[in-house]
Amino acid sequence: MNGHHWVRVTPCDSIPLREGRVVTLGGRDIAIFNLGDRFMATDNQCPHEGGPLCDGIVAGDSVVCPLHAWKFKLETGAVERPASKHECLVTYPTRIEDGIVVLGLPEISTP
Amino acid sequence: MRTRLVVVGNGMAGMACVEAILKYAPCFDITVFGDETHVNYNRVMLSSVLAGEKAADDIVINPLEWYQQRNIQLHVGVRVVDVDPVAKTVTGNDGRVTPYDTLLLATGSSAWMPRIEGLDKDGVLVFRTLDDTRELIRRSGPATKAVVIGGGLLGLEAARGLQVQGCDVTVVHLMPTLMERQLDPDGGHYLMGKMEELGIHVLLGRTTVAVLGNGHVEGVALSDDSCLEADLVVVAAGIRPNVELAHKAGVAVNRGVLVNDYMETSSPDVFAVGECVEHRGVCYGLLAPLFEQGKVLAATITGNKGPTYTGTVQAAKLKIMGVDVFSAGDWSEQHAEPVRYEDRALGIYKKLTLRDGKLAGAILVGDISDSHRYMEWLRTGVDLTDQRRHLLFPPPAADVGLDVAEMADGATVCGCVGVTKGAIISAIHDQGVNTLSQLKEATRASTGCGSCTNLCQDLLRAVAPEFEEEVKKVMCGCLPFAEDRLRDILKSQRLKSVQEVLEIYGNGQGCEVCKPALSYMLDMLWCGDHDEDRSARFINDRVHANIQKDGTFSVIPRIRGGVTTPDELRRIADVADKYHVPMVKITGSQRIDLLGVRKEDLPKVWADLDMPSGQAYTKGVRMVKTCVGTDFCRFGTQDSTAIGIELERRFEQLFTPHKVKMAAVGCPRNCAEATVKDIGLVGQEGGWQVVVGGAAGKSVRKADLLTTVETSEAALEASELFFQYYRESANYLERTYDFVERLGIEKVRKETVYAPDAVRQGLRDRFSRSKARAVDPWLEGREPKHPTQFIPIQSLEKVRA
Ligand code: SRM
Ligand SMILES: Cc1cc2nc3c(=O)[nH]c(=O)nc-3n(C[C@H](O)[C@H](O)[C@H](O)COP(=O)(O)OP(=O)(O)OC[C@H]3O[C@@H](n4cnc5c(N)ncnc54)[C@H](O)[C@@H]3O)c2cc1C
Ligand code: SF4
Ligand code: FES
Repeated sequence: MNGHHWVRVTPCDSIPLREGRVVTLGGRDIAIFNLGDRFMATDNQCPHEGGPLCDGIVAGDSVVCPLHAWKFKLETGAVERPASKHECLVTYPTRIEDGIVVLGLPEISTP
Repeated sequence: MRTRLVVVGNGMAGMACVEAILKYAPCFDITVFGDETHVNYNRVMLSSVLAGEKAADDIVINPLEWYQQRNIQLHVGVRVVDVDPVAKTVTGNDGRVTPYDTLLLATGSSAWMPRIEGLDKDGVLVFRTLDDTRELIRRSGPATKAVVIGGGLLGLEAARGLQVQGCDVTVVHLMPTLMERQLDPDGGHYLMGKMEELGIHVLLGRTTVAVLGNGHVEGVALSDDSCLEADLVVVAAGIRPNVELAHKAGVAVNRGVLVNDYMETSSPDVFAVGECVEHRGVCYGLLAPLFEQGKVLAATITGNKGPTYTGTVQAAKLKIMGVDVFSAGDWSEQHAEPVRYEDRALGIYKKLTLRDGKLAGAILVGDISDSHRYMEWLRTGVDLTDQRRHLLFPPPAADVGLDVAEMADGATVCGCVGVTKGAIISAIHDQGVNTLSQLKEATRASTGCGSCTNLCQDLLRAVAPEFEEEVKKVMCGCLPFAEDRLRDILKSQRLKSVQEVLEIYGNGQGCEVCKPALSYMLDMLWCGDHDEDRSARFINDRVHANIQKDGTFSVIPRIRGGVTTPDELRRIADVADKYHVPMVKITGSQRIDLLGVRKEDLPKVWADLDMPSGQAYTKGVRMVKTCVGTDFCRFGTQDSTAIGIELERRFEQLFTPHKVKMAAVGCPRNCAEATVKDIGLVGQEGGWQVVVGGAAGKSVRKADLLTTVETSEAALEASELFFQYYRESANYLERTYDFVERLGIEKVRKETVYAPDAVRQGLRDRFSRSKARAVDPWLEGREPKHPTQFIPIQSLEKVRA
């Protein structure tokens, strides 16, 4: 079973509308985007050459890497551009509780 | 003596009919009376005048010379108040009595005023004439509350126009959906959504029972017992044909002046055309029928009786930018098969009705690109059985000229004026027509509502031997407009935020191409007085530094003209030490670069440097390189260092379509490479050469000479004119070397240094207004735009690695 470990991260208003911000959780840099009606989270590092996706321009429900303009679907993490690439970003589920963005990390299996 | 023809009404139907009459052998001495104080203008375009897209001068159809050249006696500002059918005279409100042999009534219609208490109050207006339109504009403004009574074509266009003029607008409509005469309830709902997206309030199923206020309008009372505040009330509840004179002339009148298929009234001496007539029980309120009537009437009245008028398929298009609505024919579903398509997310609704395999009516909301095809099907009554699969989506055309090629010669291109494809092709061949404006001149096609403009362009492209297309690249898939068009839209529609533009004219989302471009355009157009949206800008412009390959940033402070001080150098050195800056480098632009600064350190670095931003990260003013000039150099003829510093001071902090790099040199040896800069000042004995459009990056281009001037102030002024002109006219990401090359330096000179006083003053004023609002972006380090602008988020809950 792939359960999630839910983490209360930050008040919704600490991420401006249609922008992203990075947060470090358990050693991972995760980018969280505010799309107005929902928040989306992916790994912050661009699979191309490591560009910071939190600094990208949000285009609808995609983000464009600020370094060389690779484009990713936030929902699935799939590369939209360049079409020839099949790398995929890890995405994280989010929900909002009492105005706080809550992020689901994969359950770490403890021995 | 020739027959005396007196025309009452100097409007579109009257003058179109006179034009048609003049095509026959001359048989009349013509006198025209018009009670408006203007020559004949395009009434349809009043909506565009109100919406700020056109000026009054742009909509004139027949200028004074037109009347003079045709020996037409024109009396403007004179209202005909009486007709004596026995003596055969008309009397004007100036007392003048004019005899006629034949009388042509083209009196149009007037706004219909419903029975509402208080309509006589100051501030209640209608929307029919140019004077009405000017009055509406005069009374509109940011705090004005306007109520439009009537949610038909005219009411909605008035509402949008008033909103563009700054008003807060509410439309009150009696029926349960908008434009119910043109749209079914579903179509009406789609339209309603679009109007509300524009920010126009719509109240349906309510009537206005009274206009409130003490002398001046203060509000309206509605049938549901509610009240609305209002400073302005526009009545757009319908029109009534002007038939009083027809009564006096003794001709048969019902709702309008009754005419038969030859356009004859009940009297042989009196004719009528346009909105004032009633034909087979219909009074028309649109252009196309009026032009058709005019042609038939012209034949009858000149003794060439034969052609008949049998009625017109009505078609209407809403002229609100970004709200596409088209309706034609009979779209009711009674005894008809409806074919539908809808997409709520995109706001597209299409419905066709078919009867006996033929198109009976069409409704299009949100996408009217196929309206022409449907109009043609309606006019020709073609059997569509074979095309059933492609009614709503035509099979993709293999070649782009196919659409035009498939049209028959007799097919109508311009529905308003009634110009066929064949007529356009002969105009192209016989009259050497090559451009759209020549085509308008020769055939009047596309001078009515303008919806056939694209088709005319397509025809010109296909047929005209020397048709030169202005190559217009559209912005991107999200926002399919050429940039100059987009600038017009933003300006005329007074749009002030990126998201608003995307929602009304684009796909609502935008991308990394259009968002920064729109951000620039809005900043430039409103001289900085717009709603800046950081999310629409590239990361460099969100944090005022240049992002590096490892996600850190570079910091380049402004060192005007490349001149610094020991003190400044010491501070730079201290900052480099304190923040462990990995590299300090002298740049190619006479400045110092601190590379590898972390985002969260930026505000502290700026504060410690205590120097303004060099803006090396943005599309804006970079540097002015200078040489040492007269102060030290043995060849120097001009003080290049001082003028360079001054130039940088004047232009810095302003955004530009692409980066702007400048240089000033003291003599033609050109030590600071001014002749390969966007703007260069080259000192010479007795003055300066101002050169523009130079490059030494991806391209190498020697700058063109803009002008030669004697004083430093004149050199700065010429630079300023060019600089502002470039800001306003270049496409986003177009460097001056492409811009000047595209336009040609002659044109650039004409529009800047050689432009009329008023034009130059305009450029200078807008430049100053932008400059007055510009600030050093690094000050934001002290007062961030957002609490997390520079710092990463610290999670409320910790997670162990
Ligand atoms: C730092 C500097 C190199 C240096 O160490 O000297 C530099 C660095 C960059 N240049 Fe440059 N250019 C620098 C002087 C120049 C010059 C020389 C000059 O300014 O006199 C040129 C040729 C003149 C010109 O601009 O045309 C120059 C022509 C370019 C171009 C090509 C522009 C073109 O249209 O031809 C680009 C790419 C672009 O803008 O699209 C570019 C882009 C860049 C960028 C901004 C690339 C980027 O987007 O990240 C580089 C940033 C590096 C970084 O990480 O900070 N840089 N670049 C110079 C900064 C000058 C300053 O003080 O602001
Ligand atoms: C804002 C607006 C937008 C419109 N948009 C469209 C559109 O998109 N498409 C479309 O097809 N139609 C549109 N129309 C309708 C179109 O403009 C009219 O159908 C057309 O102008 C009618 O022409 P006409 O010559 O019959 O009447 P008018 O253009 O009204 O001309 C009649 C003229 O006669 C004058 N007159 C009347 N009585 C007298 C008198 N006794 N003595 C002297 N002069 C007199 C009037 O002042 C007027 O100038 C629009 C109308 C308006 C107001
Ligand atoms: S070349 Fe001319 S301007 Fe440049 S330093 Fe020498 S004298 Fe001065
Ligand atoms: S690092 Fe993201 S596109 Fe190159």
